[in-house]
Amino acid sequence: MEPVRLIRSRTAVLPEADIDTDQIFPARFLTTTSGGGFAGMLFADWRFDAAGRPRPEFALNRPEAAGCEILVAGANFGCGSSREHAAWALRDSGFRAVISTSIADIFFTNALKNGLVPVRVDAGSHAWLTANPGAEIEIDVAAGEVRLPAGQVATFHIDPFARHCLLHGIDELGYLLSRLPEGVRPLHEYEGV
Amino acid sequence: MFEKIWQAHEVVPETEDTPAVLAIDLHLTHEVTSPQAFATLKSRGLRVRRPGQTVATLDHAVPTERRQVFGGVPIRLESAARQIAELEQNAREFGVELLGLTDARRGIVHVIGPELGLTQPGMTIVCGDSHTSTHGAFGTLAFGIGTTEVGHVLATQCLLQRKPRTLAITVEGALAPGVGAKDLVLAIIGRIGVAGGARQVIEYRGSTIRGLSMEERMTVCNMSIEAGARAGMIAPDDTTFAYLRGRPRVPAGEDFERAVERWRAFAGDPGAAFDREVAIDAASVEPMISYGTNPGMVMPIGSAIPAGEAQALRYMGLEAGEPLLGRAVQVVFIGSCTNARLSDLRAAAGVLRGRQVARGLRVLVVPGSQQVKQAAEAEGLDRVFLEAGAEWRESGCSMCVGINGDTARPGEYVVSTSNRNFEGRQGQGVRTLLASPVTAAAAAVTGRVTDPRELLG
Repeated sequence: MEPVRLIRSRTAVLPEADIDTDQIFPARFLTTTSGGGFAGMLFADWRFDAAGRPRPEFALNRPEAAGCEILVAGANFGCGSSREHAAWALRDSGFRAVISTSIADIFFTNALKNGLVPVRVDAGSHAWLTANPGAEIEIDVAAGEVRLPAGQVATFHIDPFARHCLLHGIDELGYLLSRLPEGVRPLHEYEGV
Repeated sequence: MFEKIWQAHEVVPETEDTPAVLAIDLHLTHEVTSPQAFATLKSRGLRVRRPGQTVATLDHAVPTERRQVFGGVPIRLESAARQIAELEQNAREFGVELLGLTDARRGIVHVIGPELGLTQPGMTIVCGDSHTSTHGAFGTLAFGIGTTEVGHVLATQCLLQRKPRTLAITVEGALAPGVGAKDLVLAIIGRIGVAGGARQVIEYRGSTIRGLSMEERMTVCNMSIEAGARAGMIAPDDTTFAYLRGRPRVPAGEDFERAVERWRAFAGDPGAAFDREVAIDAASVEPMISYGTNPGMVMPIGSAIPAGEAQALRYMGLEAGEPLLGRAVQVVFIGSCTNARLSDLRAAAGVLRGRQVARGLRVLVVPGSQQVKQAAEAEGLDRVFLEAGAEWRESGCSMCVGINGDTARPGEYVVSTSNRNFEGRQGQGVRTLLASPVTAAAAAVTGRVTDPRELLG
């Protein structure tokens, strides 16, 4: 995994609360055995009409959304299904971070595993970000800070282990394999109730 | 209970800087969220560490039409056929048990785990599916994971985890006639909201919960994820042990008695402390139905649609202030890991027996497993459904998630016993109304949203 330290980008904003992973990656695309190439499926039913034509009013279809690496979304982003395809589709579309006031648990974990930084900020900063799509902001993973254009700073908590993995591009499976022999009790004592 | 299970499985305890390494007793897997995990193992030259602790089945993408399952015609959806073939190949290559397409024990992963006795109290259970919370009904710590973590479990039989907080939901009193476990859990989600359980494990307690059958408890725990919870749990008791006795993967004879003693030790401690507590009065719960686009947008079936969810109501083609009762529907779906067990099918058949499906309505009944299907047929439930004019299918997730081609048409209203009413969940533009099996069956008879109490004897 590539290290993630600093993300500087304009934002794209989807203000709706409770955006579920069925919206981020519709279920009909789940019969894939591939691990990538999902950009075209991201928010497919919000981006395209029934005939497959782009809906120009949808935020991610606007010209100014091109190249945005930070998605600002409403509360409880990523709720519902555990499909990691949701995180993969955001990653494949160039997003490197998602900011909300709250992010659903399984999506949060899936995002971290793919170097997509899930950022929970306070309601005030979130309201400002939601009201100012396209703002040029900076996410500093090491400092746990979101820096807004006028100099305001929103802090965010990120688990020290997750932060370490992001900053150094650490692969968690490698770490997990390395920790197994260290168990305080032999592993077999934990296996099979 | 949560604390006891957590401690018993902590291989490496968590510190401020590092998460715990948690041992996983049972890993269930299926065709949709496993291919990329097996690919990771292949690319890194890793084996499955404990093949005996992973069980695979086919449920999400499989067809439910008999000819496609048992031969006669090829599987219509080519991508699904490829996914099925890939899991068959991976299971062979990695030595994982697969309950395959024509296996009499196949079914929805959260139906067959308990049915086969794979799910046992005190276990840690994971699966690449958010409804893994279902297994918590047996006093297990069971939660859904993404595909990267599926790979972690395959390779190590462990997961890196931070300890979640705990939420006690205590339900006291008797459920009224016509009100079931599905109504109860929809009422709970309506109360605490779709993020109300976030970063928490819910323990359901109280006299109402104790009085539920195992199948009803599974319905409640199943939808914990719809409140955003990490997991849902119910302490194991005599109801749990009676359900497990004699199941194929459960110890028999004296070993069973010893297992019960061990399982009992995981039961809830009456003095256990929770981070948060919520009390629910069972008597106040009515038959529930959803009106919006997430499972928190629910109401008693006789209520007027509340204001405040403009975007959801636009998608649903509904107006605030109007009733749902009497609204014409086009499809009824009875199935899913929430409500496709034998007791659910019996409840639905109880309403449909001697009645006819309304003209022009499509009614799909999809048993949760092949064993549920066989048991239902042994007591003639298939004939009740077929004679009423419903379709009777092979088991699978089917129209709950609509991956396999079982979908409704844009704009149609579906009364569904499944768990999610998200936009497009049952097909593009489809409008889902979540409800219990008896409410779904009542709609099947009248072709309209109907209070099931009107049809129950």
